[in-house]
Amino acid sequence: MSPIILILIAIGLSLAGWLAGRAKAWTFQEADPAVRPAARPVYYAWYVAVWIAIPVGAFVVLWSILAPQLVTQSVLASPGAADLPAFGFERESWLAEARAVANGNAPGVFNDGAQALIEPFREANARYSVIGYVLTALIGLAGGMLAFMRLRPDFRARTRIERVVMVILLLASLVAILTTAGIFMSLVFETVRFFGMVSPVDFLFGTFWGPDPMSNPQNPDGSRYGAIPLFWGTIFIGAIIAMIVAIPLGLMSAIYLTQYADPRVRTWVKPALEILAGVPTVVYGYFAALTVAPMIRDAAVSIGIENASTESALAAGVVMGVMIIPFVSSMADDSIAAVPSSMRDGSYAMGATKSETITRVLFPAALPGIVAGVMLAVSRAIGETMIVVMAASTAANLSANPLERMTTVTVQIVKMLTGEGSFDHPATLSAFALGFVLFLVTLALNFIALRVVKRFREAYD
Amino acid sequence: MTSSTADTTTMTGQGLEDEQRRPTRTPEFERRLAKRYRAERNFKRMGQGAIVFSIAVLVFLLGNMLINGIGGFQRAELAVPIDFAESGLIGDEVSLTAPSSATVLEIQGLPEIVDRYAERALGEAGAAQLSRDAWRDVVAALAEDPLLINGQRTFYLAASSDLAAGLAGEGSPQMQALADQLESQGLLASNWDLGFLSRSDATSPQQVGIWGALKGSLLTMAITLALAFPVGVLSALYLEEYAPKNRWTDLIEVSINNLAAVPSIIFGLLGLAVFLSVFPNYRSAPLIGGLTLALMTMPVIVISGRNAIKAVPPSIRDGALAVGASPIQVVFHHVLPLALPGILTGTIIGMARALGETAPLLMIGMRAFIATPPDSFTSPATVLPVQIFLWSDEIDRGFVERTSAAIIVLLLFLLVMNGLAIYLRNKFEKTW
Repeated sequence: MSPIILILIAIGLSLAGWLAGRAKAWTFQEADPAVRPAARPVYYAWYVAVWIAIPVGAFVVLWSILAPQLVTQSVLASPGAADLPAFGFERESWLAEARAVANGNAPGVFNDGAQALIEPFREANARYSVIGYVLTALIGLAGGMLAFMRLRPDFRARTRIERVVMVILLLASLVAILTTAGIFMSLVFETVRFFGMVSPVDFLFGTFWGPDPMSNPQNPDGSRYGAIPLFWGTIFIGAIIAMIVAIPLGLMSAIYLTQYADPRVRTWVKPALEILAGVPTVVYGYFAALTVAPMIRDAAVSIGIENASTESALAAGVVMGVMIIPFVSSMADDSIAAVPSSMRDGSYAMGATKSETITRVLFPAALPGIVAGVMLAVSRAIGETMIVVMAASTAANLSANPLERMTTVTVQIVKMLTGEGSFDHPATLSAFALGFVLFLVTLALNFIALRVVKRFREAYD
Repeated sequence: MTSSTADTTTMTGQGLEDEQRRPTRTPEFERRLAKRYRAERNFKRMGQGAIVFSIAVLVFLLGNMLINGIGGFQRAELAVPIDFAESGLIGDEVSLTAPSSATVLEIQGLPEIVDRYAERALGEAGAAQLSRDAWRDVVAALAEDPLLINGQRTFYLAASSDLAAGLAGEGSPQMQALADQLESQGLLASNWDLGFLSRSDATSPQQVGIWGALKGSLLTMAITLALAFPVGVLSALYLEEYAPKNRWTDLIEVSINNLAAVPSIIFGLLGLAVFLSVFPNYRSAPLIGGLTLALMTMPVIVISGRNAIKAVPPSIRDGALAVGASPIQVVFHHVLPLALPGILTGTIIGMARALGETAPLLMIGMRAFIATPPDSFTSPATVLPVQIFLWSDEIDRGFVERTSAAIIVLLLFLLVMNGLAIYLRNKFEKTW
């Protein structure tokens, strides 16, 4: 049974219903020119189409869940299933093999016992797909006929259709809530499982990170799950090194572009900064790992620091800072533009120079907005993944030396989930706990920043 | 400045008489002024410096990729003349163009035949450096022109990555000597490699291509667009035009703003925990990748869509309502068509971001070694940024140039998309 054919049947039937509905609506006026239909023909057409599409759609979803079970049941009832092991893993794998062969996904079976099941599977598949097509067509026709019979000149098709449209609009906007809830629930669920194995105190306050995905999952060593070095690495790279690069450069370029630059220069430089923001992070990561990191290491060695690493925190942080420059710049741009021009004019009238006006009047007035922008920038930097995965190390290290290897929360999430460990192992689950912490921190930063920006706007409006 | 000071003081009265006589431009004042102007100039220079630094980094980054990447579109190839008529290979139009032709020719001993001719032309040392899969290029040439089986042709076949390194002046001294010798005989050259755009991933940098990853990206983007665009536009319409002011609406708005700020890797965790447990068979399929990226792109479309809808003046709505349109008709017949260019611009920007996204796709397993392009939405695939990530991890030096070449292709796609967005914005932007 192929869902594509079912969908094609549904679309075909709806289209036929649409045309039939419109044709019937046209006859209203021809039959009696004195009658004025309650809606335009196209609404009658949509009414019929909707009455076909919704029941058929619901049936297709239901059937695609139900049909495989029905197929399996009828296979189990067949004589070939008599040899099947009664319980357990083997039974499942025989069934799965036979199903894969019957669906054409596998060339042959490994277990000879499954061979006898292939034919029953093929037969059941064919039988139930025919049943599926017939039922789809019947349901579509029934819905269409029901709707078609109700079409009369005084039938208010438009209001019915508009009600359906409103429901669809509402459902579309609920997707956002569902996604947020989905993220929250899945993170909480896996994090609770993780904390069932490793104590939250060990996780949040331990200073050694070195989960072993090959260890016995039943008895994890809590002292290997201390996330403090990860939190420190994340803060050091994302909130300290990157911001030391991004804040001055972003702020000064915003000030220059808005206050000093010729409009012609601005039309060229602004898009260039936007390109900097549009470069994918994997490209920055490659740049950091291949070009910047060796440069920094060579520079460190040339000034006599022997143990500098090519996976230093500095390389990842600097490149991340460059990536954030356009972001800080545009946030600063917005906040400076929001300062009322009367304040600037007042400062000029007192004889202040441009730079004095900027540093003593505009900047303090725009400060709340700029701080909020920096918070958003930090939240983006600590959630950034590819640059640190490619340029930073996977070795957790609690150190304040920027030339040392350091790792971050996102690096460890990627490492734990792309490794070989099983999904039930605390090392794998720790990725979800780290993700949950990251989610909460970025959420808090954004929440506070948006509140600050809002209050700041109100102050000047 | 002096005269204006004098005016004000005269007007303020007698008490300031003394100050009026004192000259304003004292030496201290001049010094202070010079210092202030100097500070002004320095401040301006700092601003210029920040801009110049940012642009310089951009130019350095792009230049670096371009210079490395040009090498990635080339590969070292050995000239091997093959005389098919003499070789004893059998085949006709049907068998050579069939998909199974590679197997048929392999059984007939094509790899050995290629090796023999290579040895004849290049000598033993040179033939040993022919890429192991080079005979597949011969198969492709035969499929293209079956009549070749009766003739002869000089093929340019990929060299091993060791010899390629030697040609580039890296690698072992023996290889460099061999490369120099073959190059001077005209048997080894670095040629443009158009196959890079049509092949898929391989273990040797000489045989890799990006078509597989590119196709995976296109399939993933198709799913993302098909899901994120309708949902995003409809919820933007609902929130901007119909939503009542109540707690539910606030909740929807808060969720959308939060989703726009959640790090992309968190969406990967969602995809792993939810989508992959519902569809465990579709691991690393474009379907799951597209679903995950759609959730990430949707908030971007909603936010830009709401701005575009907000920009449509209320008089349009009032006019439509006044001639008897229903609220749904007002929005779908008047507001939406006027807001569409703005919505499309936002959608393209969101899609460009999704195209460059790597981390969430790593989480849901789109990082496997895939040597054939995906042929459906449910077959295992990888995407361009993930391919770049995978190649950047390879030890073989030949992958450095290939990675940069793949980055150039990715950047070109992003450039085209962003250019399209800017064009749309300029062409259809209306000020009411």
